Amino acid sequence: MSNILVNAPKTAKRGAAIEIKALIMHPMETGFRPGPNGRIIPRNIIERFTATWNGAEIFTMDMSPAIAANPFVSFFAEAKESGTVVLRWTGDEGFAAEQRVDIAVE
Amino acid sequence: MDRRLFLAGTAAVVLVPLSPATATPDAMAEAIRKVVGTATPTEGRVKLDVPPLVENGSTVPLTVSVDSPMTEADHVKAIHVFNEKNPQPNVFSARLGPRSGKAVIGTRIKLGDSQRIVAIVETSDGKFLSAGADVIVTLAACLEESP
Repeated sequence: MSNILVNAPKTAKRGAAIEIKALIMHPMETGFRPGPNGRIIPRNIIERFTATWNGAEIFTMDMSPAIAANPFVSFFAEAKESGTVVLRWTGDEGFAAEQRVDIAVE
Repeated sequence: MDRRLFLAGTAAVVLVPLSPATATPDAMAEAIRKVVGTATPTEGRVKLDVPPLVENGSTVPLTVSVDSPMTEADHVKAIHVFNEKNPQPNVFSARLGPRSGKAVIGTRIKLGDSQRIVAIVETSDGKFLSAGADVIVTLAACLEESP
């Protein structure tokens, strides 16, 4: 998908802590703001971001409306074995997005 | 207006949010209590990086880093961030573990007003650490109407 940007190294040394940065396009509408008609725009946010490495959960973040629009998250992961990192975003109005990154560990 | 008076006034406005570090509004204290229970978080080992002065409250970079070996025996389990004056006290709650390698998280947040941000860190031995930072916001998030 074109609305996701992920920055992670393609290769990593075994045991090294690598940084993974992820950005996704999303309005993160707070539910506290009036629209042009004066009515409150309903809340529409990403509630949860998770990262798994070969299926094992390595990081999760529960978000609130206080996370800026187009949420950016950076975190670290220990490179244990080569594999696939799956980043997943879920939220209001049935929002779900996924991005896979392959990382080779030497 | 007298120039000297004006300058004194400006200084007062800028200094007010910086001084009372303990003036925690109730909602944030309550939200923190829900996480730490009866424990008292200790200061130190946690670094909360937020710019002290931001022009636009709708995207404020924030980084929390914890000095931890991140081993099976001694690691950071969770990092929570709270604010005082947004409509809700929670900003985010992140869970990590020994697989993280490094206890560093970065994101961008919204701030509705000048306020204090607090990070609470839960370690694997059940203890809590904390760090706080004051931010002055010149243009708040949430106030503008959507286009």
